[in-house]
Amino acid sequence: MSDHDKLYSTKLQDNAERRTVLMLVLVAITVAVGGIVEIVPLFYLDTTMTHLSPNVKTEQHKANDTAPIVWNRKPGQSLDDWKPGDGVRPYKPLELAGRDVYIREGCYLCHSQMIRPFRDEKDRYGHYSVSSESMYDHPFQWGSKRTGPDLARVGGKYSDEWHRRHLKYPRDVVPESVMPNFFFLEKGRIDAVQLEKNMRVLAGQPGYLGMGLHIPFYPLPYTEEDFKSVKAATEGKTELDAVIAYLQGLGNHIKFTEGVNYRD
Amino acid sequence: MIVEATQATPVKYDMGVVKWFSIMAVVYLVVGTLLGVWIASELAWPFLNLDIPEITFGRLRPLHTNAVIFAFGGCTLFGTGFYMAQRTGATNLWSNGLAWFTFWGWNLIILLAIITLPLGITQSKEYAELEWPIDIMVAVVWLSFGINHIMTVAKRKTSHIYVSNWFTWGMFIMVTYLHVVNSLAIPVSLTQSYSIFSGVQDAMIQWWWGHNAVGFYLTAGFLGIMYYFVPKQANRPVFSYRLSVLHFWTLMFGYVWLGAHHLQYTALPDWTGSLAAAISLAMIIPSWGGAMNGMMTLSGAWDKLRTDYIMRFLVVSLAFYAMSTFEGPVMSIKTVNALSHYTDWTVGHVHSGALGWVVMVSAGALYHMIKKLWNTEMYSDNLVNVHFWLATIGTVVYIVAMWVSGIMQGLMWRDYDEYGTLTYTFVESVSAMHPYYAMRAIGGMIFNLGAWIMLFNVVMTVRQANAARVTNAVPAKA
Repeated sequence: MSDHDKLYSTKLQDNAERRTVLMLVLVAITVAVGGIVEIVPLFYLDTTMTHLSPNVKTEQHKANDTAPIVWNRKPGQSLDDWKPGDGVRPYKPLELAGRDVYIREGCYLCHSQMIRPFRDEKDRYGHYSVSSESMYDHPFQWGSKRTGPDLARVGGKYSDEWHRRHLKYPRDVVPESVMPNFFFLEKGRIDAVQLEKNMRVLAGQPGYLGMGLHIPFYPLPYTEEDFKSVKAATEGKTELDAVIAYLQGLGNHIKFTEGVNYRD
Repeated sequence: MIVEATQATPVKYDMGVVKWFSIMAVVYLVVGTLLGVWIASELAWPFLNLDIPEITFGRLRPLHTNAVIFAFGGCTLFGTGFYMAQRTGATNLWSNGLAWFTFWGWNLIILLAIITLPLGITQSKEYAELEWPIDIMVAVVWLSFGINHIMTVAKRKTSHIYVSNWFTWGMFIMVTYLHVVNSLAIPVSLTQSYSIFSGVQDAMIQWWWGHNAVGFYLTAGFLGIMYYFVPKQANRPVFSYRLSVLHFWTLMFGYVWLGAHHLQYTALPDWTGSLAAAISLAMIIPSWGGAMNGMMTLSGAWDKLRTDYIMRFLVVSLAFYAMSTFEGPVMSIKTVNALSHYTDWTVGHVHSGALGWVVMVSAGALYHMIKKLWNTEMYSDNLVNVHFWLATIGTVVYIVAMWVSGIMQGLMWRDYDEYGTLTYTFVESVSAMHPYYAMRAIGGMIFNLGAWIMLFNVVMTVRQANAARVTNAVPAKA
């Protein structure tokens, strides 16, 4: 038997090593499995999302908790009619502008927005995060590193003035901080025309170049009134104002009830 | 099948493009690690942000990761990929022109990354920050590499496909899936887009990408390099063919599941993270099988380590590979992850893999390949040895600093005093990190110095080889 015909392993393996296409097909199937099993169910299992989960509904019912997880917006209501605790809502125009700046500056590289269900994190940051709280986050901003503290519930913790000073020159307020100075945000203006386009795309309308593509999962439920409000809401505002608006709106959307398990 | 085909007639290989990929890999190693040193220093001494928006930590960090992973790693993978496909198949490239397209296309993408990331043009997905027009270019250039590689292997003169090429294909196919799905976004302008996914699903898809950029690009791809260059440099066949078959298929199947272990205790459903942790633990078996397979290739020739500095790189890379693939599963266990997540421990773990495994195995392969490509000896073997020690010491200093700072951070955050209140404010943990951030920057500097030495040595080697060729050519002309 020549070396050419000798079988060193199984027939299938030997075949795959001789036939380019067979090897490629086997690899293509093998590497696809894990992702399909772990990702696809997250799109259809109700337990993935807090506001859809039957278990959370049962828990809330037992505890006589009527606080909505997602804001149930009545016709005619504007984004400014929303009050903390009314449930998860889409970003207000200025907040969205601030979020874009937050992403541009890479804040997520040092700040997480995902509180874990531990005693110390509850004491330090507040109630653990739930999935529905980030349902309008395209892309998600959970982060992976806490060089600085978690920001998931930073809204309302500090005054606007504190944020203004801290963002511009962090070490003026917190001497040990290693955060860069973001003084330059004060010079940045908000482009209301682009912001409205961004809101329309997030609402599920076709994107740039009008390619007919649109966001299929959890589009932000904006109304025409919301789009019309962009100009007034951003008039004379700086990027610094926008980031502060974004931070002040983080984490106070849901009113959590003690004793209710919001995660499965 | 494990050996290269014996050639009755010598093959005319297409090595010009391989040469340029090798040189650019070394250049990007210097640039990428220098950027790393800079941002590490910014964390230790924040004034180094210099109040210039384009070089603040948040904008430079993606440039660092892109430079080391895609510029350095990409050039290494493409160069060695084309080299191995030709030599294991005893054939030249399917298309030399397409390979040059890959080279120029990839370098153009790197140039665009250098321009756009400091401007804050980003999708904010870690290791996939580049905006949609560049993402499309990445896909095109990536396919140009994969198709050329597959077609080159397809027209091989040997009967079987060598194991290195299996790994390269695993990387190629999986990274294609990952890049396409994770980059799905709706553009709002030429420089901005929003992910079509949101929240929990987006997080899962990002870390499916994030961990498999490690698992397939930085592991499978470089394991392909290991399976070719370790036996070549040792001048021995791979220790066990069967082990390599097992290593390959278990790695291909298993790695894909691990991403969710980056999201333990988050709002991702518990089943997903637990499943990922279970498979993560099981992955110790193929990983260690592969590491053993590489190391045992040297059995009977361990004395080579005394004289062969290139071999040192390859063997130490396998030691780091074994260590990181043990540490990773440990960190994926929920109780350990509760401490390690969000801390510098993760950063240290990544760098023990990136510096210790990826760069070391690449350096070994590149030194070996450069000698073959230019048909010469290295300008200085001693400098290879110096580089080896700087790389090893730099890596160890780096990861030790991050182990200490990471575990300290984790413990400080969860510490309670006798009255049941948190012992430390967050900022106390920040100031406690300072000495370790300085130490990490120094470790990085040592590593970066090694990269400069490699670049010098490579440039001098190429010049020396070219000079010799000119001298030899003179009598022929006359």
